[in-house]
Amino acid sequence: MSLLDSATELLLRDLAPQVLGSIIRRFRDFAVAEDAVQEALLAAATQWPREGVPGNPRAWLIQVASRRMTDYLRSEMARRRRETAASAELENVAPAPDTALEPEQDDTLVLLFMCCHPALTSSSAIALTLRAVGGLTTAEIASAFLVPEATMAQRISRAKQSIKASGMPFSLPTGRSGNLEQTQRLRAVLHVLYLIFNEGYTSSAGSHLQRTELSGEAIRLTRAVHKLLPDDAEVAGLLALMLLTDARRAARTGSDGELIPLTKQDRTLWNSNQITEGIALLTATLSKGSIGAYQLQAAIAAVHDEAARAEDTDWPQILALYDLLKRISDNPMVMLNHAIAAAMVHGPSAGLELLDALDADGRLTGHHRLDAVRAHLLELAGDYSRAIAHYQTAAARAASLPERNYLITQAARLRESTG
Amino acid sequence: MKYILMMNCPRTGYDSFASMPKQDIQAHIAFMHSLNKALRESGEFVSAEGLADPKQAKRVRAGKDGEPITDGVFPEAKEYLAGYWIIDVDSPEQAYKIAARASAAPGPGGAPINMPIEVRQVMSGPPAEFS
Repeated sequence: MSLLDSATELLLRDLAPQVLGSIIRRFRDFAVAEDAVQEALLAAATQWPREGVPGNPRAWLIQVASRRMTDYLRSEMARRRRETAASAELENVAPAPDTALEPEQDDTLVLLFMCCHPALTSSSAIALTLRAVGGLTTAEIASAFLVPEATMAQRISRAKQSIKASGMPFSLPTGRSGNLEQTQRLRAVLHVLYLIFNEGYTSSAGSHLQRTELSGEAIRLTRAVHKLLPDDAEVAGLLALMLLTDARRAARTGSDGELIPLTKQDRTLWNSNQITEGIALLTATLSKGSIGAYQLQAAIAAVHDEAARAEDTDWPQILALYDLLKRISDNPMVMLNHAIAAAMVHGPSAGLELLDALDADGRLTGHHRLDAVRAHLLELAGDYSRAIAHYQTAAARAASLPERNYLITQAARLRESTG
Repeated sequence: MKYILMMNCPRTGYDSFASMPKQDIQAHIAFMHSLNKALRESGEFVSAEGLADPKQAKRVRAGKDGEPITDGVFPEAKEYLAGYWIIDVDSPEQAYKIAARASAAPGPGGAPINMPIEVRQVMSGPPAEFS
């Protein structure tokens, strides 16, 4: 889609789920409809720069995708050698697209529920969501995940097969258990959007530029869900968390892609518009009463973002928020961050005691982050030789190159300043 | 998460492979082909390459002006890298499963070679939770 200007590209991406929803309603085959819409988007990407954007771009896309569907069904029927019986059938499934009369229905949520189906692995759900709802091409998704296009095409095609096999209807869950199911499915959708955001956010600057677009895409999709479900506090919480985290992107890595921890970041590089928007969203949800994990994480990010200097950070408030988060989330990473906050408020030995509890818990055994945090707290406590040893253990266990480099640099710095 | 599966062979590996009966060589090649095809179809394939005979290999060092200095003979080693796969999978267990499958490639008489496959994680970008 590189031929398009960014406004048109965004228009295509916004229209993608609407067009797909309309094609699925008409033809009732998600897998084939998804391919047809992808072809229509590609056709638009090549024709519109030449011929201009049509007056009704949505209708144009629906018409092209419908034609593709009809072509597909026709060849499928020919393949089955049932031409005579089938031509009548074709009239029924493919009426002339009367797009002007079709009500504009936003199927984004139904599509997201489908693409984030619990039967899919998260890597499949991510790929399918980006293509079917995000309107990205297979090539773009493949390049973002640094795999060959053919591999990504297979991943998407297998995901669609799994959805087909699950027999899931194209509609929102309804009935007595519908509300509960909707809540659970929405949770799965938010988790996938969160993973997409992290995929983009965790790419280091410079080397994998295209990956950072994934964060923007995750924010755009979460914004769309927030627009559809403005009263859902966790949707707003996730959007706020993304904005408040993404705001620090420019300060997070140095010129060689090296990681810069929060305490050392140049805070003038933080994006104040994103911080303002994130805090406003968060404030609006907190007044509604119910509090979920995304809101609490966003609140913690907001406290960091509000400090003009690292030493101004309101650690007691962060500690209180982690206390709340620990009550609703049984995640050992939360316990780890809680230990850091406790160390900042009550001193390193309080944090180290909490790490001993994590050792006993066992779920982070062998995880480099446990060693990295212990090294940091031991350094704060002045126990440099053990701090160096834990930085080195953490470095040997890290699977992330920038983080490994950060940890060995920490060990070296401490060796030189104390040796 | 991405893993590299490294297929190592002993010093004599290339010669003994070449001296197998035609049928066994063909079975081995067909096996590798079908393994790669399966990885493509499962959406886990990133890349795979086989390396030329180590007798063709050179060891290169930078000289005074950065000019390449090549040693005439490749140093004797107990094992050589014969080829590798890079795969993108959901868990380390899945990487081990694929490695075991590659390890069982057929050798003389079609019997599985059970060669050692070294599995190493490819390093990724910085973690999400880093602050």
